[in-house]
Amino acid sequence: MTLENGWEMVVGLEVHTELKTATKMFCGCANSFGSEPNTNVCPVCLGLPGSLPVLNERAIELAMAIGMALHSRIAPSTFHRKNYFYPDMPKDFQISQYDLPINSGGYLDLPDGSRVSIERAHLEEDTGKSTHLGGSGRIHGADRSLVDYNRSGVPLVEIVSGPDIRSSAQARAYAMELRGILIATGASDGRMEEGSMRIDANVSVRQSADPFGTRCEIKNLNSLRSLQRAIDYEAQRQVELIEAGGTVRQETRHWDEILAVTSTMRIKEEADDYRYFREPDLVDLAPDQAWQDRVRGELPAMPAERRAKLSSRLNEPSDAQVGAVEVVIDLGLDPFVHAAIDHGVDPSLALARAANELAAGLDGITRLSHEAFSVTLSMEQGGELSATQAKTVLGELLARGGDPKAVAAAKGFEQLSSDTLGATVAELIVQYPDEWARYRDGDEKLAQFFIGQVMKLTKGQANGKAVVGELQARR
Amino acid sequence: MGSPLRREDVAYVAKLARLTLSDAELDMFTEQLGQVLAHAEDMGALNLENVVATAHPFGLINVVRDDIVRPSLEREVVLAMAPDARDGRFAVPRIMGEAP
Repeated sequence: MTLENGWEMVVGLEVHTELKTATKMFCGCANSFGSEPNTNVCPVCLGLPGSLPVLNERAIELAMAIGMALHSRIAPSTFHRKNYFYPDMPKDFQISQYDLPINSGGYLDLPDGSRVSIERAHLEEDTGKSTHLGGSGRIHGADRSLVDYNRSGVPLVEIVSGPDIRSSAQARAYAMELRGILIATGASDGRMEEGSMRIDANVSVRQSADPFGTRCEIKNLNSLRSLQRAIDYEAQRQVELIEAGGTVRQETRHWDEILAVTSTMRIKEEADDYRYFREPDLVDLAPDQAWQDRVRGELPAMPAERRAKLSSRLNEPSDAQVGAVEVVIDLGLDPFVHAAIDHGVDPSLALARAANELAAGLDGITRLSHEAFSVTLSMEQGGELSATQAKTVLGELLARGGDPKAVAAAKGFEQLSSDTLGATVAELIVQYPDEWARYRDGDEKLAQFFIGQVMKLTKGQANGKAVVGELQARR
Repeated sequence: MGSPLRREDVAYVAKLARLTLSDAELDMFTEQLGQVLAHAEDMGALNLENVVATAHPFGLINVVRDDIVRPSLEREVVLAMAPDARDGRFAVPRIMGEAP
């Protein structure tokens, strides 16, 4: 969407990602999604008196890995208490980082070439999850909210971008690229639908080159689609409000996915006063160079680098192939493509089979070795398997594992011997003398006719290219 | 010396902490807290030019634990501490509005 009359939107995103640790941020309770309510809780994450938090080493390393991937500066940091009253936080404060975050500054380059600055990426703990009973009074106890503290204390990193984003499409691209980085670092599984990655968007509008306008914050966007729609709606709302003579009020707004509108949640009359103060139960965090180097050494290649490496092996990729590269990088399938190309498989074929067949069978990907993938595609390329047969073999390997040649044999995909193929072709030439004469006179369309007949007689076991070779040899 | 503590400052902090204070209590706490702050401001008389800022009395940094799961509490034990529970969850007075 483009704003009219010279209006420009200014967007900054705050992305919260849960870290993929075994335990919570400050206690040894399991960090797992989908457990029975209140089964992963202890005195620390329930905020019981006398309990003391201890930092999870893995959470710190994942936070550093995110910072490194975003070109941030890793600095000595401290923890603060952010005080507020809400039942999803049993301590009545959230432990977060305030003026000294673990990661400061940085940037993220997007596939379109634009760069979005990163202000900070700090550690904090997640809150519990509350469920509100229906408010009609119909149900007994409708005046109650129910709270599950399994999520309370789960480690989070909040990544705050600069106000550099100028369209909802760019916001989406930023969120996708960041998600790719979070998955690549092993910091997160990036599952927005499970809430492991949540986005708040700060949106304002201005006449181009004017100072920034008053911003509204849209909370808890939990899909890329919601993100894009909510930003477009909110920017347009602000433009219409200003053009009608109104002024934008700084406030927190809620996106309603069904009505496709944002609405006021909370008016920020004064800066929120969370009475931040140092968390006295935690000491400073100051990873030394050796610790940082170790984390940096374990950092895998980021999506942008992997995308460039894969694209460089394709000869002038088509739009469809660019899309296929995106899919393959997003799903982490690029090592299969590289292995197959190294094995001598045509890059286009390797990319296509990974982006389609492997992507479709992702659940079984651990059953498929790079070797088995490469061998199957070599068999297809060499004519031992037809395209359909190769896809069937891949499907079987993903479903049950095994050796490609054995699977092909078990499926009856044994290649016809050239003797059998020759005899079959000879037989058909006798049976269809008119068609054969026309083919010999140069009517290439008749090759298809003969391939069809051979397939019929051999129940699809012949290879099209081999049949053509046989026909040409006898022409 | 900095500005003295005002009565409205105390009222504001009390509001943030969800404390209901009577007029007499406001007067009393403004007086008492003012004395505490005045005492803290005595520090301003000291020459601290060559003193490194200290954030914590301990010299420790990087106190961490391994990311290994330890047993959680039994849910029955946990919920037994709550005034009300339902469906394995804590039941609290209905929450109006969203989390900050």
